[in-house]
Amino acid sequence: MLKIGVKDLAKYPFLTEAGEYLRNTGLSLEQLGHPDWQPIVEKAYGRIVVASSGQIYGSDLEALDNDSELLSFLVAIILLKSAGIATLIRRFSLAESRRAERYLQQDLWISRDKKNLELPLKIIQDLFAVNVSIDNEDFVIKVPDYLQRAVHFHEKEWKLVNRRVANGLVYLSAHETVRLIRTELGEYINGKIQSVNVDSIPQSFRHRVDDLVTLAKKFSDTVYVSSEYPPCVKHGIEVLEKGENLPHSGRFLLATYLLSKGQTVDQIAPLFKNAPDYNERTTKYQLEHISGSSGSGTKYQCPSCEKLRSESLCFATPDCDGIINPVQFGKRRKNP
Amino acid sequence: MNEKNILLIESAFKEYYFNRFDLIHVPQKATEREFGYQKFNSGMTRHLVVKNDKDLHLLLMKEVPSDVYCSNAYYSFPSLPMSEKDWKGADLIFDIDAKDLALSCRKDHTVFKCISCNNPTIEFSQQCSKCGSTKFETVSVGCKNCISESKKEVTKLVDILTTDLNVKKEQIEVYFSGNEGFHVRVTNNDYESLGSQERADLVDYLMFNGAIPESFGIKRQNNFKASLPTFEEKGWRGRVAHKLFSSKSKVPKATREIIASGYSAFQVQLEEIKKTMGVKVDPKVTMDIHRIFRLEGSINSKSGLSKIQCEDLNSFDPFLEACLLGNDDVNVMVNCPLQIRLKNKKFGPYNNEIVSLPKYAAVYMLCKGLGNAV
Ligand SMILES: [Zn+2]
Ligand SMILES: [Zn+2]
Repeated sequence: MLKIGVKDLAKYPFLTEAGEYLRNTGLSLEQLGHPDWQPIVEKAYGRIVVASSGQIYGSDLEALDNDSELLSFLVAIILLKSAGIATLIRRFSLAESRRAERYLQQDLWISRDKKNLELPLKIIQDLFAVNVSIDNEDFVIKVPDYLQRAVHFHEKEWKLVNRRVANGLVYLSAHETVRLIRTELGEYINGKIQSVNVDSIPQSFRHRVDDLVTLAKKFSDTVYVSSEYPPCVKHGIEVLEKGENLPHSGRFLLATYLLSKGQTVDQIAPLFKNAPDYNERTTKYQLEHISGSSGSGTKYQCPSCEKLRSESLCFATPDCDGIINPVQFGKRRKNP
Repeated sequence: MNEKNILLIESAFKEYYFNRFDLIHVPQKATEREFGYQKFNSGMTRHLVVKNDKDLHLLLMKEVPSDVYCSNAYYSFPSLPMSEKDWKGADLIFDIDAKDLALSCRKDHTVFKCISCNNPTIEFSQQCSKCGSTKFETVSVGCKNCISESKKEVTKLVDILTTDLNVKKEQIEVYFSGNEGFHVRVTNNDYESLGSQERADLVDYLMFNGAIPESFGIKRQNNFKASLPTFEEKGWRGRVAHKLFSSKSKVPKATREIIASGYSAFQVQLEEIKKTMGVKVDPKVTMDIHRIFRLEGSINSKSGLSKIQCEDLNSFDPFLEACLLGNDDVNVMVNCPLQIRLKNKKFGPYNNEIVSLPKYAAVYMLCKGLGNAV
């Protein structure tokens, strides 16, 4: 039996063992309502606020109290469920999965000796039914397990042909191994949160739940997704929403398309918040460059359908018939 | 196809299906598969369940189909419409067809047949010399070279499947397609649950499609010899090393050249490697997880030859071993400007003449559209 300590639970608070740990402490929701525990509620609220802004909540596991790391995650879920706002839950799941991803990668990479490696491998195995084993410096998984995940990535480097493959196994680095299960990790955490039932909450939580409702209003209109968008643009937005990496050509498409539809740099920038490599300043700078409001002053045009096809970014539907550039989408549909 | 031709072909097919049922079996997990068949001049009948060999025999005798198919997929309810079948998995299938190999021999055994008057010629011309029509269809007749080149692709495929993808030899079945190529079926639990997209990427792997220089150690700048592939490596890196360096002693010189030539030149080299070493399969067939695929043991109506399993691929001669129709002579009118070989006998060329041919050869001519029953 693998022993999971409280420090591990602080890193991976979504594990089933976290609930058991809490039960063993005998701490009830009612007790958490006591003013003594208010710092945990504040910490939980902070965790959600950080997540909702697209940042990853950082824990100092050496200096801080691991119990409060774990408890704040569980309280955060209670706050989120009480507020009942899907956007917040999604953003929180995403940010928490990024946070866990960092630890998984570290645990895989640093603790090379067998003893420490057991936990991350077990998490991957138990949660996602992927058997990861070690071959010298590399992590290996079966080709079918790899394909089922990697086909959702758009970069060429994830194609099987660009991987080291032997005897039915794919060779990966720690980073790549974790990257491969990113979406599932987010979905797992999201599912975990969805499955939690909250009947009544302590009065001391109320205030922060109301704050979450207010906070969510800020986000509800930041990203404007219209059903009038062509499928390639919709696809790009979906990829970003899921926190997947969209290649530069895809981001260029989104930016040029939305700019051509009259959206401003400030309106478009939040779209990229979920990207794994998001940096607000760089994103704004790049958008301004594309829009022609900085640099050379050249305003870039939306790439043609043909170009997008060659970059595997075209997802044409019958509604695309007769157009050669995504900006034309929808204009010809009303013909008799 | 005209009625007389159909009668002749159907009687030959029926005789085969009656006499050679030892060759025709339902595949494993038959009750979970969808069957389908076609008759001459009519559409496809699909969504059938054929539980066992006996049911299959009955179907063949009753319907005498021109072609018989069976899904590579397994379903909970194979006879329901596609959306309700409940897909459970599918064998990996591969189609290697000589017509996709861009072989230079193709022009030597392709007949251009005028669509209006059926006049066949070997040389392509803009207009039919008989009737002036400009529309032609092409008919390709059996060719040894096409078969041996297709076999090479099968060998490449089997090699990558077994070494890179850990498929066991006994999980691979190789069949002559009944016309101009081979079908390969892999029954391996690990791969059967893969969806269409996953299979598409798997095919790209086999075809060496989409390989980028970075994966083989060449970046846009700052390249080191240490990251290039070596002979000892497995998978494509190892194969690419063999192609790039040919021998150990040539490694240092070739390495310098590769690094000096840079990224784009290396990309071109990878393209070349794809042409020679990538397996030429039809990606559409492997990607399609709802396809019904020609049933082994059944006759291919494009030729009258049977789709049969090849026990020993190297020695396999389809024009002998898959030519299984009767030997009785029948009179047919044949217009075939090429000589063909079946069962080690030569036939033709025939210039619109009535000849007495063994049934297998007569049916071959009719199936190819180069003859008519009299
Ligand atoms: Zn003609
Ligand atoms: Zn040929």
